Amino acid sequence: MTRLSQSFASDRAALVAFITAGDGDTAANLDALVEGGADIIELGMPFTDPMADGPAIQLANLRSLAAGTKTADIFAIAKDFRVRHPNVPLILMGYANPMVRRGAQWFADACTDAGVDGIICVDIPAEEDDVLGPGLRNAGIANVRLATPTTDANRLPAVLEGATGFLYYVSVAGVTGKQQAAQASIEDAVAALKSQTDLPIAVGFGIRTPEQAAAVAKTADGVVVGSAIVEIIAEHGAGAAPHVRDYVKSLSSAIYNARK
Amino acid sequence: MTETQNPPNSYRSQPDDRGHFGDFGGRYVAETLMPLVLDLEKHYTAAKADPAFSAEFDDLLEHYVGRPSPLYYAERLTEDVRTNAPEGKGAQIWFKRDELNHTGAHKINNCIGQILLAKRMGKTRIIAETGAGQHGVATATVCARFGLPCVIYMGARDMERQQPNVFRMKLLGAEVVGVESGARTLKDAMNEALRDWVANVHDTFYIIGTAAGPHPYPELVRDFQSVIGREARTQMMDRTGRLPDLLVAAIGGGSNAIGLFHPFLDDADVAMLGIEAAGEGLKKKHAASLAGGEPGILHGNKTYLLQDEDGQIDEAHSISAGLDYPGIGPEHSWLSDIGRVEYDSCTDEDALAAFQQLCRTEGIIPALEPSHAISAVVKRAAEMDQDKVILANLCGRGDKDIFTVADALGVKM
Repeated sequence: MTRLSQSFASDRAALVAFITAGDGDTAANLDALVEGGADIIELGMPFTDPMADGPAIQLANLRSLAAGTKTADIFAIAKDFRVRHPNVPLILMGYANPMVRRGAQWFADACTDAGVDGIICVDIPAEEDDVLGPGLRNAGIANVRLATPTTDANRLPAVLEGATGFLYYVSVAGVTGKQQAAQASIEDAVAALKSQTDLPIAVGFGIRTPEQAAAVAKTADGVVVGSAIVEIIAEHGAGAAPHVRDYVKSLSSAIYNARK
Repeated sequence: MTETQNPPNSYRSQPDDRGHFGDFGGRYVAETLMPLVLDLEKHYTAAKADPAFSAEFDDLLEHYVGRPSPLYYAERLTEDVRTNAPEGKGAQIWFKRDELNHTGAHKINNCIGQILLAKRMGKTRIIAETGAGQHGVATATVCARFGLPCVIYMGARDMERQQPNVFRMKLLGAEVVGVESGARTLKDAMNEALRDWVANVHDTFYIIGTAAGPHPYPELVRDFQSVIGREARTQMMDRTGRLPDLLVAAIGGGSNAIGLFHPFLDDADVAMLGIEAAGEGLKKKHAASLAGGEPGILHGNKTYLLQDEDGQIDEAHSISAGLDYPGIGPEHSWLSDIGRVEYDSCTDEDALAAFQQLCRTEGIIPALEPSHAISAVVKRAAEMDQDKVILANLCGRGDKDIFTVADALGVKM
């Protein structure tokens, strides 16, 4: 059992919470996510050109870079988190170029050293796995793949080949933080994915209220919330942590009760 | 990165079936777009094999775009070079006149090809990014011609410096969306177009303006632009009975250059020179991805990029909005690494000088993009014997740039 697989309990969905590294007081916000009941942390690696993100996360990327965040800072944040929270899995999420810049092996080693459990790379599809995947899997770092509404049954086996940790179902064709998918379409998609893989299925994109989180938690193994948290950090700046904690608590409570 | 490789049997057989030009290219896109990109590849492969597709493409190029564009011997520019060159030096300078195309640049060749593909795929909405506005105008033009709605993403800063093209696009019925993120130039416009595409995959075709992006775009844009080189090769043989000694073209993403070069790549005696924008100088702000960049991944492909040690993308700078991009098409990255094509760069200042030199010697107002190539042509011609032949692509006309040039020269209009 890995930290990551243990975090997917059998009786309820896991809450996967995203923030962008270097945007606001990241250490305090990470602690607030854990205090609020997040089961898995997604830490965004800022990038100059976040072309799959909506306005909220785009701005978070730019705020972080404007504050001078470097790749070394992100790994330092992860390493400190691992000391404070030995049992909470942390995933790095971001774009290909910052991840491959110093080579796949360097990146896998840095992840291992910092206690990072997995990565999600937006713009490395299964077809380009060579550029990062083998190094990560050899190091025991989960290579979390994305499936989307456009991933049809013919293509799904290629996406699942080499996918580890969990599968991230992007419930809408679009950028982060915009509209949410219809509940029925999420249920159908999760059922279709579960028939093809034993990996846990986490669902994200556009989930922002406890009610939405609870609805998704009825069928999915994980519920991903990002933009809504990032917006709280944008609003409250350095003092965002208590607000983040309270909001995440409202999500985790709803998810705890979703299947009762 | 230098390793000795045996030259390939042909330089014209790239990319491989995964869209790789050597180590470059590929399909680095979000999963949402992957099925669409694969579908585009399937349709493009079928279109290539369909005589009806090429017949319609050729017909539109002839009767709508005005091809073939002339091949022109620039006698007065050649004389001008010889006046200042050492005894016996001063190669003949020829231009492929793609600035005479409908809409004033080579961009339309590619837009015709892509809109035919969009139609073939049943797509009903077109999006595009644009820098200088030339690709935006060409896209808006073909959308008007085929009656499809069209959204053009353009950096807000580029909209300010290319007002005439913004108005042209609107006249043609396009919606122009100003992009306020980043440096508000071409790179940011491309990000925003990708965001639109990912949210509208079911009905939208993305007409990419240069030989870059995820496979099969670099290949299909090259193929559509190769009409430039095919015509030039035939025209040069007809007129002079020989092939040129040197081809020269300006490079932003590199579509006009690859269009000229590709049909000549297996002609061992034809040298080729691509000119990147050196902006204020390679030690200052510039847009020369090969000269000042390193391999990385952006906008769907692996290629040389201007970036920092963490892989964050640097802002490019060039006086020419069309060259103001921190990357380059992946096939150029490959051709550079294997040494088949030589790449050099030209500053804003040198491009401005070449711009004025061509105006005065030949009565042709070139765009600032090919002015970079012309600057290199003049320098190289002065070092080559008089019986040598240089062929450069005059890929756009300069009407759109007169305000920028006036500003740079301190002239109030």
